[in-house]
Amino acid sequence: MRILAAMSGGVDSAVAAARAAQDGHDVTGVHLALARNPQTYRSGARGCCTLEDARDARRAADVIGIPFYVWDMAEEFHASVVDDFVAEYAAGRTPNPCLRCNEKIKFAAVLDRAVALGFDAVVTGHHARLGADGLLRRSVDAAKDQSYVLAVLTREQLDRSMFPLGDSTKAQVRAEAAARGLAVAEKPDSHDICFIADGDTRGFLAARLGEAPGDIVDAHTGDTLGTHRGAYAYTVGQRKGLDLRTPAEDGRPRYVLSITPKTNTVTVGSREDLAVHRVTGERAVWHGERTPVECEVQLRAHGEVVPAVVTVDGAGLTAELRVPARGVAAGQAVVAYRSDAAGDVVLGSATITTDRADD
Amino acid sequence: MLAEALDAYVDTARKVGNPSSLHAAGRDARRLVEESRERIAAVLGARPSEVIFTSGGTESDNLAVKGIFWARERPRLIASAVEHHAVMDSVAWLAAHQRATVHWLGVDHRGRVDPDALAEIVDEHGDEIAMISVQWANNEVGTLQPVPELSALAARAGIPLHTDAVQAAGAVPVDFAASGAAALTISGHKLGGPVGVGALLLGRDVPCTPVLHGGGQERDVRSGTLDAPGMVAFAVAVEVAVKNQQESATRLAVLRDDLIARVLDAVPGAVLNGDPADRLPGNAHFSFPGCEGDALLMLLDAQDVACSTGSACSAGVAEPSHVLLAMGADDDNARSSLRFTLGHDSTDTDVEALLAALPGAVERARRAAAWKTPR
Repeated sequence: MRILAAMSGGVDSAVAAARAAQDGHDVTGVHLALARNPQTYRSGARGCCTLEDARDARRAADVIGIPFYVWDMAEEFHASVVDDFVAEYAAGRTPNPCLRCNEKIKFAAVLDRAVALGFDAVVTGHHARLGADGLLRRSVDAAKDQSYVLAVLTREQLDRSMFPLGDSTKAQVRAEAAARGLAVAEKPDSHDICFIADGDTRGFLAARLGEAPGDIVDAHTGDTLGTHRGAYAYTVGQRKGLDLRTPAEDGRPRYVLSITPKTNTVTVGSREDLAVHRVTGERAVWHGERTPVECEVQLRAHGEVVPAVVTVDGAGLTAELRVPARGVAAGQAVVAYRSDAAGDVVLGSATITTDRADD
Repeated sequence: MLAEALDAYVDTARKVGNPSSLHAAGRDARRLVEESRERIAAVLGARPSEVIFTSGGTESDNLAVKGIFWARERPRLIASAVEHHAVMDSVAWLAAHQRATVHWLGVDHRGRVDPDALAEIVDEHGDEIAMISVQWANNEVGTLQPVPELSALAARAGIPLHTDAVQAAGAVPVDFAASGAAALTISGHKLGGPVGVGALLLGRDVPCTPVLHGGGQERDVRSGTLDAPGMVAFAVAVEVAVKNQQESATRLAVLRDDLIARVLDAVPGAVLNGDPADRLPGNAHFSFPGCEGDALLMLLDAQDVACSTGSACSAGVAEPSHVLLAMGADDDNARSSLRFTLGHDSTDTDVEALLAALPGAVERARRAAAWKTPR
């Protein structure tokens, strides 16, 4: 097959591309230039992204022996991921930009362009399994599993995707990279949101949304316990950084229960108040299994799984949780898994619409 | 590298010492450098003392623009809007950091500057203008500029004119004295010589402050130990290129015109950029509206047809060409462009191979661009 390897400059995508090439596919490496970073070497032109990542990807392609190009996806990325990220926070939700990038960029804009240019599929270094049965499963490396941010992919997208790393642990991938002579073998993992270079999400949002002071309100008494400088800086389940002037009656810690953009209010309550028994979602992607179905749901990246009964009705999804969950934020994904000895299978996903205030 | 130049390089590298040393080995090396200077001067219409060896086109352009600006101590600069980045970014840097006022000379849709527009600026600001820089031939679309006419105009006002002739030397007749330019840039590797050596032909009376200070080599304008093997090989390459220029240009122009006619015929919507006649003999530059140049490049590359989309940033992202934008193209049109270059080893077979691959690639690239939201 003619395969386009999306190469970030990291170790995972380099090994994924190398494996695809070794399997006899005709592989072409592409690095996606996504950032409009103002730190550019050339004045007046569009900003270059992380030059080091582009170079690392290019060197990996050299070593693997495949052609390599850079695709400028900065406009699409900015519109679909960065602007969406800011708008979601402004709307009181907590977006997952990696998920959005997979949905809108890597397996949409890039995949569409690749197919139009004559490629059969896109290969990435995601840690998830996509076998001959077409089922998307968790990686064998539970700590590195990325099936949560891939669950948004439709059948058509999955049919044109390859994830060669799902059967390997991160340690194995690094060892293989070293054995293949790839210089990125020891490159540290990326953790932060790629377009917020300094990791200061609150500052990033404040620069775009401005300061918007409002009240922090007690869910039970309706009392104003303090003020905030922008509701967007808070996430459901958050405890730190509330800086309340008035201690709660019971003297116990307060958690963010909900964010209401209309009144610019952050509502807080006790840990017990955070408990959620039912989660609803929109824009569901579902892979055929009949519902209602007994399964497990994951409600945030790297979050715990909870047994639940999931019902899908068109684009809507409802999960009745067998065990209450905490810190369920609108904008995150609810991903349903069927546990399986061969690796948990992704049944589908949806974007969470409710937080505890609607419970 | 040209075989003769490579042989000369290796022979020289085997034996020479430092041309600045006073002992016998140093003198031998110095002799080779001076002979090279004379050989280059002889075929390009310059005096030997006017040949300042540099590390290549970028350095020569920087030296001419910054050096003459500094030495003349006047606040204004004139440059065409289609200069190579080595000139353009030097000029822009002087504007940003040294308070230079820049007059960018616009071009018409074929990429040519208008001498009357230059005359107007010169008439208005004559005494305040430090220097003028207008390239001889454009590196992207191949358009030739009327350098002698512009030089004469500048000379009447007593303003030094520099011309970047990196693309022109060896491709079209270039004579420094006849051109009337005060300074002229050439580069080794564009002529079949080594990368890393070039020259600025600098008129004897043209003031120029060094960019590189040090041992005072090269008329005190460009310090640094002389690269004798590079200079000898460069001189050989310049001689061969100039000797073959006319014959090569005649042959390439026929091949180029054939390529242009056939591409315009075979690819619906294809547009030739640059001047149809007054262009570099080996240059064919097109826009293929509805395509993205980088997608087209990738498809042609896979079929062993090498072409160029113009400049890319350090990360490798293709940028819309400032040359095409200056010629009036919009962003999308600028991004849909490709350059095909014919060289001394290009033949009919290469044109055939291009025509076999291009129409299908354009069709596919157009489909690939269709999903995109309009910018």
